[in-house]
Amino acid sequence: MTLALDTLGRLESEAIHIFREVAGEFDRPVILFSGGKDSTLLLHLAIKAFYPAPVPFPLLHVDTGHNFDEVIEFRDRVVARHGLRLEVAKVQDWIDDGRLEERPDGTRNPLQTVPLLDSITQHKFDAVFGGGRRDEERARAKERIFSLRTAFGQWDPKRQRPELWNLYNGRHRAGEHVRVFPLSNWTELDVWNYIEREGIELPDIYYSHQRDVFLRDGMWLAEGPWGTAREGETLERKTVRYRTVGDGSCTGAVESDASDIHAVIAEVAASRLTERGATRADDRLSEAAMEDRKREGYF
Amino acid sequence: MSDLLRLATAGSVDDGKSTLVGRLLYDTKSVLADTLDAVHRASADRGLATPDLSLLVDGLRSEREQGITIDVAYRYFATPKRSFVLADTPGHVQYTRNTVTGASTAQLAVLLVDARKGVIEQTRRHAAVLALLGVPRLVLAVNKIDLVGYDEVMFSRIAKEFTAHATALGYTEDSVVEIPVSALAGDNVVEKSANTPWYSGPTLLEHLETVPVEPDPHDAPFRFPVQYVIRPRTAEHLDYRGYAGLVAAGTVKPGDEVVVLPSGRRSTVTKIDTADGELAEAAAGQSVTLLLADDIDISRGDLISVAGNEPTVTDELDATLCWLAEKPLRPGARVLVKHGTRTVQAMVTDLRDRFDEQKLSSVDGPASLELNEIGRVALRLAEPVPLDDYSFSRRTGSFLVIDASDGSTLAAGLVGAPLPLLENGVESCTGGSTATPDNHALVSPGP
Ligand SMILES: Nc1nc2c(ncn2[C@@H]2O[C@H](COP(=O)(O)OP(=O)(O)OP(=O)(O)O)[C@@H](O)[C@H]2O)c(=O)[nH]1
Ligand SMILES: [Mg+2]
Repeated sequence: MTLALDTLGRLESEAIHIFREVAGEFDRPVILFSGGKDSTLLLHLAIKAFYPAPVPFPLLHVDTGHNFDEVIEFRDRVVARHGLRLEVAKVQDWIDDGRLEERPDGTRNPLQTVPLLDSITQHKFDAVFGGGRRDEERARAKERIFSLRTAFGQWDPKRQRPELWNLYNGRHRAGEHVRVFPLSNWTELDVWNYIEREGIELPDIYYSHQRDVFLRDGMWLAEGPWGTAREGETLERKTVRYRTVGDGSCTGAVESDASDIHAVIAEVAASRLTERGATRADDRLSEAAMEDRKREGYF
Repeated sequence: MSDLLRLATAGSVDDGKSTLVGRLLYDTKSVLADTLDAVHRASADRGLATPDLSLLVDGLRSEREQGITIDVAYRYFATPKRSFVLADTPGHVQYTRNTVTGASTAQLAVLLVDARKGVIEQTRRHAAVLALLGVPRLVLAVNKIDLVGYDEVMFSRIAKEFTAHATALGYTEDSVVEIPVSALAGDNVVEKSANTPWYSGPTLLEHLETVPVEPDPHDAPFRFPVQYVIRPRTAEHLDYRGYAGLVAAGTVKPGDEVVVLPSGRRSTVTKIDTADGELAEAAAGQSVTLLLADDIDISRGDLISVAGNEPTVTDELDATLCWLAEKPLRPGARVLVKHGTRTVQAMVTDLRDRFDEQKLSSVDGPASLELNEIGRVALRLAEPVPLDDYSFSRRTGSFLVIDASDGSTLAAGLVGAPLPLLENGVESCTGGSTATPDNHALVSPGP
């Protein structure tokens, strides 16, 4: 019998180690959970880390209100199945009482930061697990696994702590918190290979299906509560799937026939576009879009 | 052969580390079209004729503005032969702590020099840091070889000088390989260059794909820092009490006799549990849960060790620190030490010497240890802790030094004296340049 771990075994082991470090050192951790593939993977790993005991953290979803129904249905089913506690911070509530203002372009991804930070303060969360991966974007490639945030939730990339060996320093002052990224070292392909290996269920929209979509800024957007095709854009029925799941107003579908996990893996392996480049309008805004949002306290 | 290599870049500012990483990614076709488009656009905006490949890794706004790397970027790529985790580190001396971050888990470092400048102060500093951290293998990439007309003599001179330095730091000759490259033009990075007919060795990628990687030694004695106690208290698992952790060294099997440290109580492993079922054996790097035969008091911070070959349990130790904070370290400082899963209060009782990484000698009894300096200290801990020598085990011989007041990480700590010269002190250098008193010392000695 060989004891050497393969790539997925190594990544799994590292993520489990990170979850247990946080459980051992923090008072009030929380897992950000949207029902998307990275957060579903995160939860799967958390369950494994504490087996046979239940996951000792609640979940938090910052809900833009621009969701895909399938994802919300999936989210609630997973939470119920594992007997977990889910807090939902609705961006709509912040808009309704005037703490936030709808943006002229109607996208709500950037509006998630304030409800996220307010919820962290309100619940006194001191460690916040996110599904961010370094391979997603080059500002994320600079992120530590334990990333200290100020009382204002801000990330200062110039003042990151050294992160040595696998010794994580989670000390923080009152009001500060630490973002923790157990999937830091996973690539998109690792995620899909692991989902296959573990037989993890995902919302259907990650696999090919028929959907009415329209083309905007080179991306196939679906209609929904966030709006529909404008003047000059036409709705067309296409066979698509989603590579990422976020705010419906700025998350694009990709044309794809990949209807099962094997086909998705083959497609991801052959893809010539990054996951975000293919599907996220918010990252195309500027060269430093992600960095700017992260500095403000975004995931 | 191992399917994964973790590597880090090192070398002085502007020697071409990020360009080299960009070149590796580009020539191995690891860059996707939209990322490449963005780099082409940004390069054109800057008025460059050819794409600046360092933009693939210099992902922060201030990095792009200043054209330097500030923090480590982690990149992942694979060839049919191997997968790579690559940490591109900054060369600027001010950001040495980020270089230490990238190198602390590396199995190989690519140390760059500019062929026009050769081995310079920062090259020597980084080589010392790599040797200290125990990075087992080095590549000296003599970069910008295009700017010296692909001159063999220049290359050989630099290679010779560096090898002598690396040997003095404890590297054997076969653990260091020198390669003439141009990160900008791509010579000998992935493709063999026609411009260096005198060079018969491997390209950088060929070397990275074939260099042996030392696996975690399976014959090392078993070490297991307890992270968390799993007690479900559910009807199904009423009496379950498992100790969760990552095997730091060696292997473990049910039936093995173990000692819990620092208490010294003994027991036997009855079961190695995971969410996927029981294991017949677990080895270094695996996250598992151990169940023991006896109901003894074990909590986070304890270390489970094989019985008979245990670490030393002590509250006094000699260690080497790589100081990473602006505030200097002075004797008498009170700090926190995080070792494994245990954090204890500690006092620096003595500053024994400072390592002069330029002369490879030691300076006895310095008044302080300043940012980026390496030195040997004596520490007294508030409680006894089980310690291995760093040279014996990277995972159980390393620790963090933490500032108790603001929680920042002050130093990388290594049990013992991993740098051979610190032990032997070839020549003593007087002149104590760091002896200037300073009034913002870390923490004043206690009452
Ligand atoms: N002619 C020539 N120029 C090079 C070569 N490699 C890098 N350069 C140039 O050297 C400059 C610095 O390159 P970088 O890759 O940013 O250097 P670095 O080592 O990453 O710098 P820091 O990360 O800030 O320490 C850039 O202008 C590069 O285009 C080379 O092989 N030949
Ligand atoms: Mg650089």
